Order: sequence, then C-alpha cells, then structure tokens
Amino acid sequence: MKTINFCFRIHQRFNLKRYRFFEIGNDHYYYDDYANETAIRYTADNCYLEANRVLLDMIRSSNGKFKVSFSISGLALEQLEQYAPEVIESFQELAKTGSVEFLATPYGHSLAAMYNEDEFGEQVKMQANKIKELFGKKPTVFANSALLYSDEIGEMIANLGYKNIVVEGAKHVLGWKSPNYLYSHAYNNKIKLLVRNNKLSDDINYRFSNWTWDQYPLTAEKFIGWIKESPAAENIFTVFMGYEALGVLNNKNSGIFEFFKALPFHAMEQGVGFALPSEICEKNKPVDTLTALYPMSWTDEEKDVSAWCGNELQNEALSKLYNLAERVHLCSDTLLKVDWQRLQDTAHFYFMTTKHYSDGMIYAQKIPYESPYEAFMNYMNVLSDFIERVNAQYPTSIENEELNALLKTIRNQEEVIEHLEKKVKTQKKITETTTKKK
Amino acid sequence: MKALMFGWEFPPHILGGLGTASYGLTKGLSLQPDMEITFVIPKPWGDEDQSFLHIIGADHVPVVWKDVNWDYVNGRIGKFMSPDDYYRFRDNIKYDFRRIGTDDLGCINFSGRYPDNLMEEISNYEAVASVIAHTTQFDVIHAHDWLTYPAGRFAKQISGKPMVIHVHATDYDRSRGQVNPDVYRIEKEGMDAADHIITVSNLTRQTVIEKYYQNPDKVTTVHNAVEPMTNVNEFTKSKRKDKIVTFLGRITMQKGPEYFVEVAARVLQQTEGVRFVMAGSGDMMDKMIRLVAQKGIADKFHFTGFLKGRQVYEMLGESDVYMMPSVSEPFGISPLEAMQVGTPSIISKQSGCAEILNHAIKTDYWDIDTMADYIHAIVKYPAMYKTLHEEGLTEVNNIKWEYAGQKVRRIYDMVCGR
Repeated sequence: MKTINFCFRIHQRFNLKRYRFFEIGNDHYYYDDYANETAIRYTADNCYLEANRVLLDMIRSSNGKFKVSFSISGLALEQLEQYAPEVIESFQELAKTGSVEFLATPYGHSLAAMYNEDEFGEQVKMQANKIKELFGKKPTVFANSALLYSDEIGEMIANLGYKNIVVEGAKHVLGWKSPNYLYSHAYNNKIKLLVRNNKLSDDINYRFSNWTWDQYPLTAEKFIGWIKESPAAENIFTVFMGYEALGVLNNKNSGIFEFFKALPFHAMEQGVGFALPSEICEKNKPVDTLTALYPMSWTDEEKDVSAWCGNELQNEALSKLYNLAERVHLCSDTLLKVDWQRLQDTAHFYFMTTKHYSDGMIYAQKIPYESPYEAFMNYMNVLSDFIERVNAQYPTSIENEELNALLKTIRNQEEVIEHLEKKVKTQKKITETTTKKK
Repeated sequence: MKALMFGWEFPPHILGGLGTASYGLTKGLSLQPDMEITFVIPKPWGDEDQSFLHIIGADHVPVVWKDVNWDYVNGRIGKFMSPDDYYRFRDNIKYDFRRIGTDDLGCINFSGRYPDNLMEEISNYEAVASVIAHTTQFDVIHAHDWLTYPAGRFAKQISGKPMVIHVHATDYDRSRGQVNPDVYRIEKEGMDAADHIITVSNLTRQTVIEKYYQNPDKVTTVHNAVEPMTNVNEFTKSKRKDKIVTFLGRITMQKGPEYFVEVAARVLQQTEGVRFVMAGSGDMMDKMIRLVAQKGIADKFHFTGFLKGRQVYEMLGESDVYMMPSVSEPFGISPLEAMQVGTPSIISKQSGCAEILNHAIKTDYWDIDTMADYIHAIVKYPAMYKTLHEEGLTEVNNIKWEYAGQKVRRIYDMVCGR
C-alpha cells in the first residue's frame, strides 16, 4: 500500500536584540524578548493550537489511521514552555494517541553537524532527553536542522544511535532516482534514508495559496490522486515541511485546514494509507544507496548549504563561533551554555546571506535586518561579548588540552582525596596492629 | 539627434559634482553613434576634453555687434573657437543687449563660478543662449541645474524645440528646507516650461513633484553613474597602525558634518586604533573645529582642508571607511568613487545614491549610534571590511554612464516625438 508520511518541523529562533558595540562587556543579555514573545504567540494562535486541534480530530475520527510526526527543536520547546505552555499540552495530548511520533534533531537547530562533532552529539542528546521528558518517548528517527545531510553526517548520526534518517530529495543527489522509496547510506547499509518528496511538500507549503499556479486550487482529492497515479512500486511519500504551512504561510482563509481534514477520507477511498517514519523504516527494505559527498539541505533552489555558509561574512561568524566549542564544553556555567545553544541557530547565518541580491527570489523566511551587513554586525557584537565571557572563565594563556587535564584534576580531587584518606586509614590500622603485636 | 546642452561646469575645472556628472553623462551619450552634443559653459579654460562633444564658451559668443577684423578675433579667441563661428554668431544677434557690459568683441565676461552677482550672471547667460539658439541647429535642449534653466527656457522660446531639464539638486537639498525665494522662482519656472524633467534620484523626483508641484508623468529618474578608473591600483593604503575613517566634501549644513563629529566622539570613547579625517572646506569648518575641541578628541580627529583632483582619490584610497552623513543629498557621487578605490562606504538613507547601492552601508543621517556601530564593525571584523570591499567593487563597476545615456536618449526620443 502507498503510504504518506507527514512530518512537520517546528523551530523558533531566539531573536537577537539590537546589540551595540558599546554594550560589549557590559550587557550579557542578547535577546529581544518582545519579538520572541510576539512571534511565538502569533504562531501559536494561528498555527500550532489550531493545527494541533485539527490533527487530533483527524486522528480520533480515523481511529488512529491518520498518522503524523513532528521534529521540534529544543529552542522552540524552551520558548513554548515560556510563552505558550498550552501548546506543549496539546502536543502531549497528540502524543497520547499513539499515532504521533517525535523525531530527533539538534537542540539548537544548528549547523553543528558540519562544524563540530562533539557539539552535534551533545545537542542531539539534549533534544532527545527533552522530548523524552515532555512526551515520554525517546525518538528513533533523525531529521537534522534543515535536513542537512551528507555521507559523513550520516555516519555521525549513526554513531549517535540513530539508524533512520530523513533527508532532502535534492536533484543533484537523487539524479534519476525517485524519492518515493527507502534508500540506504552510501557505505553503511544499516542506515536507512527516508527521502523528502519536495514537489509534494512544496505544493502544500508554498503553492497552496498561490492562485497563479496552474494546479490551483489544490484539493485533497487531487493530492491523493497524484499519489495514487504514481508508478505502482513507489510507496513511500515523505511530505516534510515547516508546521507554519498550516495557518501562517497559508492562512486560515486559504482553506488549508479543510484540505487536511479531507485527506483521510480521500486517502481511504483511494487505498492510500498513512505511516510514521519509524514504521516505514521497520517494514521496508532499502532499494538502493544514496551518495551525498557534499552537505545538502532543503533550503532554496540549490538545496545546499550556501544559504548559511556561502559568503565571507557567514564563514567568519561561523568559524569564530565554533572555535569556542572546545572551551565552552569545558565550562560549567549554565547561562553560558544556554547562550551557546541559542547563538548557534541557523537563522542568524541565514540573515547574512547576500544571495538575495543576485537571484531576487522571495524567501519564505522574513528577515528582520535591513541588510546582511547589519545582521553580521549585530551578531558579531553579541559574539564578541560571548567570547569575552568564555575567555573570562579560564585564562586564555592555557591551551585547551592542558586546561582539560587541570580541570579533570580539580573535578576529581574529592575522589582522589577520599581515596588517599582511605589509604592513610588502612596504613594507620596496619601500623597500629603491628605495634600491638609487638 | 542633435542636443544643445547648457551647463555651468565642465572638467577639469570643477567646483562640485555638477561638472563630473555633466562630463560623465555627455560621454555616455556620445557612445550612441548618431548623437551630436553641443555643450555651452560660461567660461571654458581651453583644456577641456572635446573629443566627444563640441564646447561653446559663453564668454566668446558676441551679444552686441562690434566691427572687428578676422585677425583681431583670431588673436583674441582663436584658442577657443574659430573666428568664422564668431562671425556666424554675430550675424544672429537679434536683440539689443547693449544694457549689458561687454568687452571689445561684444562678449560678456563670466566668472564660471558661483559669485555674489550670480543672479546677474544667470541672466547674462540667458542673453548668450538667445544668440546660440538663433545660430545653431539642434533637436532638443538639455539644461543642467537651475543656473541654466533660464537660458534653456529662452532657447526653447526662440527655437520651439523641446526642452529637457536635468535636476542635479534643488534648493530644498541645499538649504535644509529654508529655500531662497529667488532660486525657487527660477527653478519652478524652469520646471514648468520643461517638456520633461530628469532627476538624479527618486528622492529628488519626490521633491520635484511635491515641492515644485510637477506632474509625476513628466518627471523621470536617471541615476548618475561613475567613470571607470584606469589607475585604481595607484591608490592603495600605506602601512599604518591606525584605521582611518574619512568625511570628504564641502563642510556645509547639507553634508551633515556635525553628525560625523558626534559619531567620531562615540566611537573613540570605546575603540582604540581609529582616526577620523574631515577633508574639504566650507562655511561650517570653524564650527566643526570648535566642536572637535569641545568633545576632546582633537588628538584623533584631523582636518586636511580642501583637496582636489588626485588628492581626493589618494585620501579615499588611504581610508578604511568613507562616510557621507548627508542630511539631503540628491545623488552623491563620492561614495561611488570611494568604492572604486575599494573603500567601504557608509551613506545616509537621505542620499540618492543609496537607491542603487546594495553593498554600501545605509543608515539615517541622525542615527549616530548605528553609524558608530558600523564603523566599529568594519574596523574590527575583517570579514565585514573584505566583503564590502570586494562586493562594492563589483557593484560599482557595473554602474555605467552608458546605461544612463541610453535612458536619457529614450527621453529625447519621447519629447521629440520619435
């Protein structure tokens, strides 16, 4: 049976406030609380709450046959807990139905997979723990930030214990292959790859409310019809998009919710089913391998990483940021670690892209800065302060390795002292008994 | 297509941006094979580049009939103009201009600058225009800036040919809103009489429409461009410890020099290794020197006085940041020149050139904090400097007078009904 695998990405960045260079060293709070709260509240009211309600109804009325999965970044969860806790509750309710799965992803929606393996691992663990804590189940399927993936990243993910990965169906990687099958990693066939069908995903995400599109209006019947008409052997349809497609990118009046509500009926009528990513990976065998030598993502036309590290501004900011990784890992300051996560968000680097000048495309993400230069300046000012704070933790004159050794000694000192004290005691006993004997 | 242009300045002897723009535009237009340009200026020096256009000096055009022989004329003005042309002009004196003081050839003396009796020079220029309009053949009249509007208007009246006026600046820009009524009158009359108005930016276009009550249909923006530089590599940085931030231009109200001083004070509070330079002269210079002293930053803030020709590019080339906090700038060509020598520019949003630049920093002229922040960023974050430097070069090299010339040509064709 042909199955549709609906995945939604939920992420909310921490917007940086306007941070002037005079504030470097004086002000250690970097965020625009007002903008953050506004963004969360707006999306919660227009998308999350409404869409969760619709999906819950669909699951209940279809007796659990409609299935859907979410990939929620840790930063989004943090902000939802703070500004819209009712959204977390509604996700918990969805989780209880058993027809919903939560995917693993880096906590900070970061590019760590490309820059620092340790950091990447740490973020994935953090997010998995957070999901477990909130929704009671550890994720088993992995979807990287912006579906960032290459052979190397795939291996890293596997080392973290995830054998199932959702990846982008980029043309330059798929070639003539269809995205509607299960594939495996280039040289480790234990790793299964679910490929995003970007045509179907974008039909809903970008084209649903576009009345100049020749297929407008998109109805549930038509959508299921396309899937039904596909070649018989193609049976996995991964439709992966930002959750904002429901209610924000396509507003309530566009009929997007009605479209979703009608899906299960038409699917059942035409013999198309729904499945969770983990089920698909369990039931199916990979038909072939996919080789991605260079990182690919779901962003822009190019489906590569040029939106975040395509110019010198971005490369400078990223290298300055990840140069700190080792030091930050040595630190134990909680506030520092919190900021560290938030500063890694891909959005900060996306705002520095100069691509827009050349291709003139309209982008899905609104950019809160007037120019890439403003974005870079603001970020670098914040980062300069952050660097100072990190450096203030330990003297910079000590090399990382030496520092690591010293810290180990300090952390272990109690154990060592205890151990030595025990030794002293036994020694004393021995001497006491020997003197008594004498 | 024959165009008769009235201008006030022409390189190499220029006082402001008007001369540079006139030169660039005529050169860009001359790339069209069927374009013939006659350019009238009040006072040529004889060393103007006439390879692509014909220059007529208004001070060699007789407005009063004098009986002089060929050799005498040749001796007096042969350097500038053939005596035959002189006689052709003399034959076409149709009005009695004896009220104007003239020399032995019946010509008027012009200063070619902006003297105290500017209004008189403007009306004398008008007299010359009448003689030229009676003598020469042309299809369209093109008048550059308000000084030449009366001349253009008179020429139009005589010949019946369409007139295009080119607004390089308005009095609203020069005076921060306190317009001189006489200047305003001349500007308004010129615009009213024009068949089409060319403005150097949308900002100026807006002023022309709103303050001079012109029909938006007859106002078109043609952005200025820059002449490509062949000797860019000569202007490089010498080795220095400190970074240099430069203000370059007339030190007048319009250019916002006091904001530059404020920004300098702000940056110097917290940042080491930066120096500020204010190049140029103007009526606010003394005030600025006092302000710098008051702020206590005189050790890091330097004045150079008026720079010309090559010195300008040398100064720009030495700079790490060029700043133009103009309160109101119709176009502002100097940031483009700075970018040509690879220096990042910070310009005010109230400048016309901001409309066509992506790789220059744009802020409000009063936003001292933001400007200070950008200076800090360019000076301290190498990637910022490098990107602005490289992308800026690419961008500015694509802003060509040739394209501006083509736009002007379309307007000519339109007013001539072709």
